[in-house]
Order: sequence, then C-alpha cells, then structure tokens
Amino acid sequence: MSLQHIEQSVTIRAREDRTGLGADFPRLANRTVIRFLSRYGILIAFLAIWQVSSRAGWVNPAVLPPIDTIVSALWNGLAGGTLLGDIAISLQRAGLAFAAAVAVAIPLGLFMGQVRAVETALDPILQVFRQTSALALYPVFILLLGLGEASKVFVIFWATLFPLLLNTISGVKQVDPKLLEMARVYGATRLTAFRRVVLPGAVPSIFVGLRLSATTALLLLIASEMIGANKGIGFQVMNAQYNFQIPLMFAAIVILAGLGLIANQALVSLQRRLCRWSSPID
Amino acid sequence: MATTSGGEVTIRDLSKSFTLGGRPLAVLRALNLDIRSGECLVIVGASGSGKTTLLRILAGLEAADSGGVAIDGRPVHGVGSERAVIFQEPRLLPWLTVLGNVAFGLEVRGVPKAEAEDKARFYTALVGLAEFSDAYPRQLSGGMAQRVGIARALTVQPEILLLDEPLGALDAMTKIGMQEELARIWSEENVTMVMVTHDLEEAIYLADRVLILPREKGGTARLVEVELPRPRDRSESRFVRYREELLREFGLH
Repeated sequence: MSLQHIEQSVTIRAREDRTGLGADFPRLANRTVIRFLSRYGILIAFLAIWQVSSRAGWVNPAVLPPIDTIVSALWNGLAGGTLLGDIAISLQRAGLAFAAAVAVAIPLGLFMGQVRAVETALDPILQVFRQTSALALYPVFILLLGLGEASKVFVIFWATLFPLLLNTISGVKQVDPKLLEMARVYGATRLTAFRRVVLPGAVPSIFVGLRLSATTALLLLIASEMIGANKGIGFQVMNAQYNFQIPLMFAAIVILAGLGLIANQALVSLQRRLCRWSSPID
Repeated sequence: MATTSGGEVTIRDLSKSFTLGGRPLAVLRALNLDIRSGECLVIVGASGSGKTTLLRILAGLEAADSGGVAIDGRPVHGVGSERAVIFQEPRLLPWLTVLGNVAFGLEVRGVPKAEAEDKARFYTALVGLAEFSDAYPRQLSGGMAQRVGIARALTVQPEILLLDEPLGALDAMTKIGMQEELARIWSEENVTMVMVTHDLEEAIYLADRVLILPREKGGTARLVEVELPRPRDRSESRFVRYREELLREFGLH
C-alpha cells in the first residue's frame, strides 16, 4: 500500500514540473549563474573591491591603480605592440628551456627508474643539485655562459629539469610489480612490459612533474629577466616600476599570470586526454 | 572453442625452501604428483604449507630447488604459452578498457589487434561482461574485475589454468556465484585447472581431486578424490561428509 502511495506522489510532482516548455529556461539559466558565481564569485569580488577602493581613494591609486586603468594599459601595450615583443622573447626563453628539460628528463627518468644501480649511483648528486637553489647558481651560469640568452635559458632548464626528472623516476618505480608479473606470465619481453605497463603507468606522475616544471619555468623566467635583461615580461615589470609606469607594471604582471594559467590549462587538458582511465583530474 | 587436449602435469621430487631469518624453511619436500589432462585439482593447506609456492613453480614464476615439473612430457623452465595464471587480485591495467585488458594476453604474444579483440569479445561475453566492454577497471566491482582477469586468461586458450586463491578477496555472495561460474567455464573449456584455495567448501564444489599439503615437518601430502555428480549441491549429505573429512585432515573436527 505504501509503495503505491509513493509512486502516486512522484507522478503528481512530475506533472507539476511540466507546466510549460518555457518554464525550464529560467531554471536552467539560474543554475548556470549559480554555478558560475560559486566558482568565480570571490575572484569577481576581489577585483570589484580593488576597483572601488582605488577609485574612491581608500588606497593610493598611484601604487594600486584601478582595474580599468590596468586593462587599458594592457590593451595599449598589446595593440601598440610594445608588450608583444616582450611576450615573444619570454616565451622563447621559457619554451626552449622547458622543451630541453622534457627531452632530457623524461627519457633519463624512465631509464633511471628501471635500472636500480643507475638510480642508486645518481640519486645523491641529484638530491644535492635539487636542493641547491637554481637562482643561487645563476651567477655561476652567467660566469660560464655570459649574460646573454644562453645563461637565461640554462638557468630555467636547470630548475625545470629536477621536478620532471624526479617525478618521472617515481612514476616508473610506483608501477605495481604485480602488473609486471602478470605481463611476464603472458610472455611479455622486457621491452613489451616497458611499453605496455611501465610507460602508461608512469604517465600520471610524469604529468605532475610537467605541471610543476611549467610553474618553475615561469618563476625562473621572471627572475632571470629581472637580472640583466633588456627585453621580456620580467624585464618589463622591473622597468615599468623604475619608470613609475605602474599600470604598465600591473599589465605585465597580468600577462605573467595569464601565461601561467594557459600553460597549466594546456597540460591539464592534455592529461585528461591521455589519462581518461584515471580518476578525474583537477 | 575447446582447447586441444593435453595439459598433463608431472611433478617429481619437487622441493623448495626459503630462507627466513637466516634459517632455511622447507615448504615443499620431495612432492610427487600427476595431474591428469582436463581435471580440476584443488590444492588446500594451512598457511605456510607451500600451496601458493607450488602454484608459482607450476606457473614458472619461481624455480624449484630440486626435482622438477613437466607438462605433456616437456620439462618446465619459466613461463609458457600453454599456461595462464589467475591471481588473487585481478591485476588489470587501469588504462585499458575491459576489452583491452581481456585482449592484453594475446596482444603481448603478437596476435594482431583485430584478431585479439575478436577473441576477447567472445570471452568477455562468456564471463557475462559484454555490455561492460568499454568500461575502465575503476568502474568495476571486485567480482566483475576478477571476471575480466578470468576472461583474459581464457583468451590465450591455455591447456592449464592456474588459479591462486582467485575468489579469496570476494564477499561470500559473489564468491558462490563465481564458483558456479568457474565450474561452468571449466566444463565448457576442457582445460586442466589447478587451483589454490583455503576454502574447503570451494574445494569440494570444484575439485575432481583435492590435494592437502601438510604443514608440519615430515607430514605427507594427501589426495582426496571427490566423487560427486556435477553440478554439485552444497547441502547434499555426501557433500557435507566430504567437508567433514577435509576438516578432520586439518584436525578441526
């Protein structure tokens, strides 16, 4: 009897829901707005408070210019082309260094993770290098490579190498030996087991390394451009501050933040495509 | 899809010991056993009796200290394509779909992808997972995952199927269903099955013969022939009597 009662009440509610086709639209729109606000609400509020307090003079607008001034400085810089050259040279430095780090760290890490003896022999020196701040070594690289492009690219390469290398190694080492044994039972050679079990198993950890390395690359890019450069986003931040072009300085900072977000997003969507099997990626 | 006959296993004077805390610990002592082609032999024994070690030697994953194993007259060295192993854990590759995992064994052996997938589709259906072909392992329950492992082993059409406590990690209800499934697969596939378990009821339900490995030094292994018609009925009086007999072997009854 109670079952019938429940069924009936469900039917009635379903009918109420379908009062008209148009009724679904506002509800759907509402849900989208709520979802948007719950995700970006605090960011929007932060920008709004900045804008208002700067315009109202609660903070010194010379130090924290209003958002619209920053946006127009950004627009002028991009449309006028002054910032475009800086973006290009910065991307070239960071991109070159990151690509070199990927080309060295992933194969080396895959190899080191497989061969215990190599890993044991190289681990102490890697730990020492990793714990030595790349920025502290930058003067050394300048002495060795000069103050030009080479030392900048190298210091970024150096700093991005280690997170990627260490994560690749740990990805290989974390592959379940029981899976390797399973592959062996089916007659997999060492190479097949590597290709079909070790490599795919290490991919999530390699991506953790890639994302860490991308962040590090931008960090070191800015630092190296603040020391002895005459072009680049990092240079522009320092230069604008010296010349008291505060909106331009913030425009350069916004570009840096944008580059970081884009790089991370690109890696996340690549990871989503390659790792559909694993749990959702944030 | 019946496999070719064969799958006769001869075990002669097989011994194996491990070093535990610096002292050798013998787990198998001069074991002799003939496993008939197409039979279902279930190995039981207390923990430490060497039942898993015996299975791993049969699989070629471990080497004996002395004595040896021959399959259809050929001595066993390492793994071989006439044997497949089902482990206690499903051991699925999380980045492959159900179908990809089932086809894995064949693909590793160099069978073209299309052909491997055709066979995999057949065995995925045989274990009742046809509609989950495109699912990933993380979406499966424990019992379903183990079925995928079973299908993967069947796909390579082995003469001998080695099962190491394959249902040990499943809940009681799923376990009974899977035992029936294994009995059905064994009767359909005409394969020699050697299975390790610690579940005596499971042993009687599936086995033609039960091998009881001794725990204490100097004990001898014993074989119990299970002469019950199939499909077996767990509540039948003769089934219960076999259970009592096995319990007595373990000194528990």
